[in-house]
Amino acid sequence: MAQDGIGARVARKEDKRFITGKGRYVDDMRVAGMKHVAFVRSPYAHAKVGGINSEQARNMPGVLAVLTGSELVADGIGNLICGWMVHSKDGTPMNMGAWPALAPEVVRFVGQAVAMVIAETRAEARDAADVVAVEWEELPAITDPAKALGEGVPQLHPEAKGNLIYDWEIGDKAAADKALSEAAHVTRMEIVNNRLVPNAMEPRAALAQYDAAEDHFTLWTTSQNPHVARLVLSAFYNVAPEHKLRVIAPDVGGGFGSKIFIYPEEVACLWAARKTGLAVKWTGDRSEAFLTDAHGRDHVTVAEMAFDANNRITAFKIDTIANFGAYMSLFSSSVPTYLYATLLSGQYDIPTIHCNVRGVYTNTAPVDAYRGAGRPEATYVVERMMETAARELGVAPPELRRTNFIREFPHQTPVIMNYDAGDYEASLSAALSASDYAGFGERKAEAARRGKLRGIGLSCYIEACGIAPSQAVGSLGAGVGLWESAEVRVNPVGTIEVLTGSHSHGQGHETTFAQLVAERLGVPIDNVSIVHGDTDKVQFGMGTYGSRSGAVGMSAISKAIDKVEAKAKKLAAHLLEAAEGDIEIADGEVRVAGTDKKLGWHEVCLAAYTAHNLPEGMEPGLKEGSFYDPANFTFPAGAYVCEVEVDPDTGHTEIIQFVAADDFGRIINPMIVEGQVHGGIAQGVGQAILEGCIYDPESGQLITASYNDYAMPRAHDLPSFKVSTTETICPSNPIGMKGCGEAGAIGTPPAVINAITDAIDNNDLSMPATPEKVWRALRAGATAMRQAAE
Amino acid sequence: MYSLTYKRADSVEEARRLFQEASDAAYLAGGHTLLPTMKQRLAAHDVLVDLTRIGSMKGISVEGDRVRIGGGMTHAEVAGSSEVQRAIPSLAALAGSIGDAQVRHRGTLGGSIANDDPAADYPAAALALAATIMTDSREIAADDFFTALYETALEESEIVTGVSFAIPETAGYAKFRNPASRYPMAGVFVARHRDGSVRVAVTGAGNEGVFRWQAAESALAGDFSANALEGLSVDPDLMMGDIHGSAEYRANLVAVMARRALANLGSAEAII
Amino acid sequence: MVTVTMTVNGRQVSKEVEDRRLLVDFLREDLELTGTHVGCDTSQCGACVVHLDGKAIKSCTILAAQADGTSITTIEGLADGAELHPLQAAFKEHHGLQCGYCTPGMIMSGVDIIRRHEGQLDEDTVRHELEGNICRCTGYHNIVKAILAAAQEMHGEVRQAAE
Repeated sequence: MAQDGIGARVARKEDKRFITGKGRYVDDMRVAGMKHVAFVRSPYAHAKVGGINSEQARNMPGVLAVLTGSELVADGIGNLICGWMVHSKDGTPMNMGAWPALAPEVVRFVGQAVAMVIAETRAEARDAADVVAVEWEELPAITDPAKALGEGVPQLHPEAKGNLIYDWEIGDKAAADKALSEAAHVTRMEIVNNRLVPNAMEPRAALAQYDAAEDHFTLWTTSQNPHVARLVLSAFYNVAPEHKLRVIAPDVGGGFGSKIFIYPEEVACLWAARKTGLAVKWTGDRSEAFLTDAHGRDHVTVAEMAFDANNRITAFKIDTIANFGAYMSLFSSSVPTYLYATLLSGQYDIPTIHCNVRGVYTNTAPVDAYRGAGRPEATYVVERMMETAARELGVAPPELRRTNFIREFPHQTPVIMNYDAGDYEASLSAALSASDYAGFGERKAEAARRGKLRGIGLSCYIEACGIAPSQAVGSLGAGVGLWESAEVRVNPVGTIEVLTGSHSHGQGHETTFAQLVAERLGVPIDNVSIVHGDTDKVQFGMGTYGSRSGAVGMSAISKAIDKVEAKAKKLAAHLLEAAEGDIEIADGEVRVAGTDKKLGWHEVCLAAYTAHNLPEGMEPGLKEGSFYDPANFTFPAGAYVCEVEVDPDTGHTEIIQFVAADDFGRIINPMIVEGQVHGGIAQGVGQAILEGCIYDPESGQLITASYNDYAMPRAHDLPSFKVSTTETICPSNPIGMKGCGEAGAIGTPPAVINAITDAIDNNDLSMPATPEKVWRALRAGATAMRQAAE
Repeated sequence: MYSLTYKRADSVEEARRLFQEASDAAYLAGGHTLLPTMKQRLAAHDVLVDLTRIGSMKGISVEGDRVRIGGGMTHAEVAGSSEVQRAIPSLAALAGSIGDAQVRHRGTLGGSIANDDPAADYPAAALALAATIMTDSREIAADDFFTALYETALEESEIVTGVSFAIPETAGYAKFRNPASRYPMAGVFVARHRDGSVRVAVTGAGNEGVFRWQAAESALAGDFSANALEGLSVDPDLMMGDIHGSAEYRANLVAVMARRALANLGSAEAII
Repeated sequence: MVTVTMTVNGRQVSKEVEDRRLLVDFLREDLELTGTHVGCDTSQCGACVVHLDGKAIKSCTILAAQADGTSITTIEGLADGAELHPLQAAFKEHHGLQCGYCTPGMIMSGVDIIRRHEGQLDEDTVRHELEGNICRCTGYHNIVKAILAAAQEMHGEVRQAAE
């Protein structure tokens, strides 16, 4: 193994700029003549937009322009799209309502933009935006997804009758019903997955510049996938042709999914840059982020699980309503269908599954992928059901899982996915052992002596990452292929630049990708630079989400390295007068195996560029590219154990211990992987006990619209975590990786709620399990027990 | 933030004059309530009069049976004051539990009590420690100072220059924080004074702002222990209710925090 | 407009700014010290923490005019030339950062925590002291580790110097 190669705990190469304040985020960018944008946003959840009088605003100090939705539409700027076509079970396509970047006629959620002000300073733009006079005609609003499907409720889009986006299903309903009717035991639950705000710490921002002489646009934006942004902005929104648009996503301060999507502000800024000839920058504030970033989750589900007399699952039936908010965001349609229902088999051998999903419009912010995207919702349903079933059946929770584990691979589930490798027993055993699960009883008794209620909860999750085989997702309605590309550029002196379509916004690609190159080509990682985030530099790419950068992005790099290696070996064999098959590359040298004949790596590289002595037919240079299309999804899995103590007087939950045992396949940098898991667990704990969106059901106002009302996890809400990994190599990609970015957010929430419900001996508890909810559940449980005793 | 004019006062008199000259001025001290509100354009003032450089509003002194703290003293200065820690450890504890470290470096005693914010901690100490609020023109007993939610006995341009707290025989503070904002959802300051009287003041929970829990005071006057509070509760109808906690839940928290404050007597660290 | 004069990272600066200019905007826009970040508008996230006369404060909740005459240290002024501050080095060594956005505020707060506790820190204290700083990436695990490690290193150094 190279010193800084695969498996090494290498400190991150990118850290220095961040710890010295030299990171370059979009709001740090300045270009000559740059002006500032503020948006005029709807104070109503649902309203008709009448006239917009901007005369007063135009006369404010520093104001250069006020642009409105009707001008944007008149200029032919296209509506925002959802790029994944999902069909209802009756074969009809999903019902997509029109979403202009600036609303000319109707607004459907609080915060939707209707106009923009351009001014010399940010403060002046905001001053003027405040006095743009919009004639609003308020309409009744609906925020509750289940109610939105009812009769006589406000309707959002003429394209979607009854607010229904689609009524979709997967699996065999008749078989599931039959198994349920014949079951020895049925566990049934109503489960709500709470709506979350992603809350990347860097608010979204966009800086757009138009060069009239070249008819060329540049957009600096907070994106996880600048090439996808460029494609969508040009192909669908008509703001700029693709070859005339450069999209740069520089340092990006976290994404968690929320920066995948192309937002109205990016469209509007590009359009405004050409229309006014001014370079314009918009930087959102946290309030705008709460109102307009795509939210996550928001499912209402009824689930039934059938067991036979041996506690084996015979069928699983799920009915889910998914809240999409007011518009269909870029990948929204796939999240509660192909990223959710396809994971409902969990780690278990379940012969029959049926899932029905209804997507629904409400007067709330659009909902799309947020860390885990569909898989946390699936895991929460499966693992709450398993823990509950174990309690109902009187079986130890680990045992019920063991009884039903999939033990042979590959395993075809009834819901599309074909699991290629895994060892669920290994991760479960590791988690039980690390948490001293067996010794819990003693700890519970000790806590009781201190007046605390101690509980333990388990969660065995699976997810599908490595998104995704292009042909497979194409057949399921995806508008794009989900491959990745890479170019490995070896310089004449032997240093290496890797151009990747993946985008790093915290994941440490500049280090881990370099480790792969170091491992394969025997160069120090300091001699490797990773180039990403700029469509003018990098050939193409699909970006970073769905824990795909390792399994897909690095696989593309690996394939490009294969080609570089082959060419270098061929050249070295020629120079050293040896057989190609005898050449090995290691430790900065290119050697003939078993001899002392060798060349320095840099000598071979230089020879490739001097081209004085190349093998017959070989082109000069040493630069290779690859497009890698994954053969399958990857299937990270693991077991999490959470231990809590509840204060019975206040209902406050303290997370005492959190253990994660994950199988991510081959690991490049354990330190970075652990960091990813830590962050995911924190977000999972956040969802379980702290975070949740509340919209006022009448007005549609977001009540949890700042950190005063939306509870973000702080350091002392969390313990230090015990994380470890087990390993089964993924057979579906050349590196054997599965992906680790989302696991924590997927596996954690059910472990926490299973622990709290265990502590308080009442299973009726929804997320976020706030102190008051837990306090009430405790009292309700006590009342129920008293009544039962009487 | 809307446009404004910044004026720095070097004396209390100058501050008051600057305030009165403006049409809609506000005093600026630590700024941790005022500036976030103004940044979000939920409030606008044409003039901000900065009080933080006024020397006469600084200082801590122990005078007989009272501790006098300048209105311009930051929470960190009060929490770290050896005089306060010796005389009224639970007051140092309360100051050290406000907001976060950075807020405590800026936020001031005067600012904390000047607008009877239900989320402020100091009003509980002021009531429980029979404080006298000193302004640039008069002295006001804490019992007369907090009149209603976000309302005090202060006149519009009046400045809190200091607060004088009675040194109790013993006292304790405990609070339960709002999981999002981390402000108290119920903070209870319990004090037994040298004359034997007991004061129990509650912040964060009441729908009229900070209040004295008289039933608890009477019970504790006879038996100054948590046992005396057994079965005692505040009326939920008088509590605030919001998305973080219903009135009923807050009523429960008040009782729990009162017990915990009694378990925390004399401690220089608040129970949170 | 007001004229503000202050010492920033050891350098005296003087500028005329709008009265409503926040210190953080003064640093970012007028001095182009963009290492100090803005992550919220309610004074909670701590991405904007700098030191004012040696104490950690939130630069989003103080007017530039209020900081007139003070000495400010930002993340850009923490290292001693090319030599990283021990806490900067600890953040790198212990992987205390991911996206890097909260990092400057975390480090400035961490330095303040270590200073106030004279290096005598345990995990629980550090977690409570980080009340005013929000990180969405790391789950705080490695941030806590980095602060504890730097505290130990700095305290050890102080002790050695005294001996």
